[in-house]
Amino acid sequence: MPDATLAMSRGFSTKAPRSREANLRLAGVIVLHAVIILGAVAMFFPFLWTIITSLTPGASLTNTPALIPANPSLGAYQQLFVERPFAQVILNSFVLAAITTVVQLVTSSTAAYAFSRLPFRGQTAVFGVYLATMMIPLQVLIVPLFVELKTFGLLDTYLGALLPTFASAFGIFLLRQAINQVPRELDEAATLDGAGHFRIFTGIILPNIRPAIATLVVFAFMGSWNSFLWPLVVLRSPELQTLPIALAGLQGQYTSQWDVIMAGSVISVLPMLALYIFAQKYVIQGVASSGIK
Amino acid sequence: MSVSNAQTSLVDRAPQFVHSKPVRDGRTRNNKVRYALTVLAFLLPSAVPLLLFVLGPMVAAAWVSLNQWNLLAPMKWVGLGNYAKLLGDPITGDVFLHTVYYIVGYLPLVYIGGLALALALNTALKGRSFLRGIYFLPVVTSWIVVALVWRWLLSPSNGIVNSALAFFGIHGPGWWTDPHWAMPSIIIASAWKDLGFIMVILLAGLQAIPSDMYDAAKVDGAGWWRRLFSVTLPLLSPSSFFVLVISLINGFQVFDQVYAMTGGGPNGASEVVVQQIYDLTFRYGRAGEASALSWMLFVVVLAVTVIQIRGQKRWVTYA
Repeated sequence: MPDATLAMSRGFSTKAPRSREANLRLAGVIVLHAVIILGAVAMFFPFLWTIITSLTPGASLTNTPALIPANPSLGAYQQLFVERPFAQVILNSFVLAAITTVVQLVTSSTAAYAFSRLPFRGQTAVFGVYLATMMIPLQVLIVPLFVELKTFGLLDTYLGALLPTFASAFGIFLLRQAINQVPRELDEAATLDGAGHFRIFTGIILPNIRPAIATLVVFAFMGSWNSFLWPLVVLRSPELQTLPIALAGLQGQYTSQWDVIMAGSVISVLPMLALYIFAQKYVIQGVASSGIK
Repeated sequence: MSVSNAQTSLVDRAPQFVHSKPVRDGRTRNNKVRYALTVLAFLLPSAVPLLLFVLGPMVAAAWVSLNQWNLLAPMKWVGLGNYAKLLGDPITGDVFLHTVYYIVGYLPLVYIGGLALALALNTALKGRSFLRGIYFLPVVTSWIVVALVWRWLLSPSNGIVNSALAFFGIHGPGWWTDPHWAMPSIIIASAWKDLGFIMVILLAGLQAIPSDMYDAAKVDGAGWWRRLFSVTLPLLSPSSFFVLVISLINGFQVFDQVYAMTGGGPNGASEVVVQQIYDLTFRYGRAGEASALSWMLFVVVLAVTVIQIRGQKRWVTYA
């Protein structure tokens, strides 16, 4: 009875009495759920453990904290803000990430518009060079960048940390894909109304690529907030340090004070968690679209 | 109005510049100049930083790599001396070997894990987007936090992992304090962070596979495994290709988590290429050698990427 098997293989829609096959199927679904949920618990556990440790006073190298802290305390957090300049550090990270995001939005959207809507001689080659910069690891550039910014007197300044992040090939690529999807008839209509490129760009293109812009905002902010190597090289003064650098520094200074280190980690993850919860759709879209194209 | 019409009229407005022969006429020339200025205005905000902070330094790095230099005293020309020195130094082989060790350990873990998750989450599972969110969470966490958290989880004396192992009567290894376990520790932490990223790319690839392909395979009596190998994997190959290219590029550049977890130790057991570039520059003041090593790394990454792009015809199916 090929029909029955076909129906069965499509789900439980068949009215036929439950066969051995259907039971097997049900068992499979249950096992699948169990494995996926157990996996999710395992994936989440390091976060949970980080929070637990941060609330356990004096978690040191000599004792493993209990799963439920006996005397939970916010002492570790207090230590970060009172004894160390963590308020300043968070502010630094936030300011740098905000500026990077705004500048990348400007540089990426204008370049993307040029590559999508302004044909010019050698455009393909220029776009190729832009894309190729994605493949150049920052590490290759570290020595000359360091010297360059030293020459300009920009070492140990915000500007020095910011400048190399101003253009993002990923952002240009992402927004160009989005602008290519905007129907050219819209530009055409605006042109007939006498609009120039700048007005088409701000009045028609930008409002039509809002989801891609949201994706870029999330990625630019996240990239800056989490970036490590370049700020490590450029920023030396404690009052200019960003979160990842300050966190790495905690490790040397408080080798055994895991509660303090984990409290710093919680603080560093929370804004990204909030960003992720509010912009989950755009984060996933950004990753997914980079994979397809 | 068709797209090609719109295209034409846009072209009419300006780019005689591009297509037709220039007309010697004041107005046209004015338009041409104006159009060129418009293009420049849109390109300069991105072109200037890319030139000043990526392409320029790239060329400068090539120059520095031909000199002996400690970042302070004037440069001393040594030609290809730095490259020769690096090639003759066994540490260079070691750091590349450690980097390859990292990639070989990391890649199968995230690819097979990510594929299994993507397949599972592509079924009609309850709470799918919540579960996807949990698996994705480590992706938005910084490498430094990942490294610190895993240093703590894998702490040899009182980390939760070894405590749990001890509960079952197993004496856990020294993890990042043990030369043999340092790299596996880094691999575990990295796989935890990137699993969700790979999963989302593969999930997007799976969702692009038309369901009638599966229906046809089912009618032909293909079982689950048969469908996986004959339908899913071939049609997923563009996504797999992307994962492979990106993972190898990132893998060769592994640094943050190594720096924060082991600093390349113990005894250089987990010293990777970029860690060595960093140490050469900022610890030993050998910027020339560091730049030479940077270029060697770049050439290796480029070669690996080009080989993959050339080789994709053999296994990547574009629908």
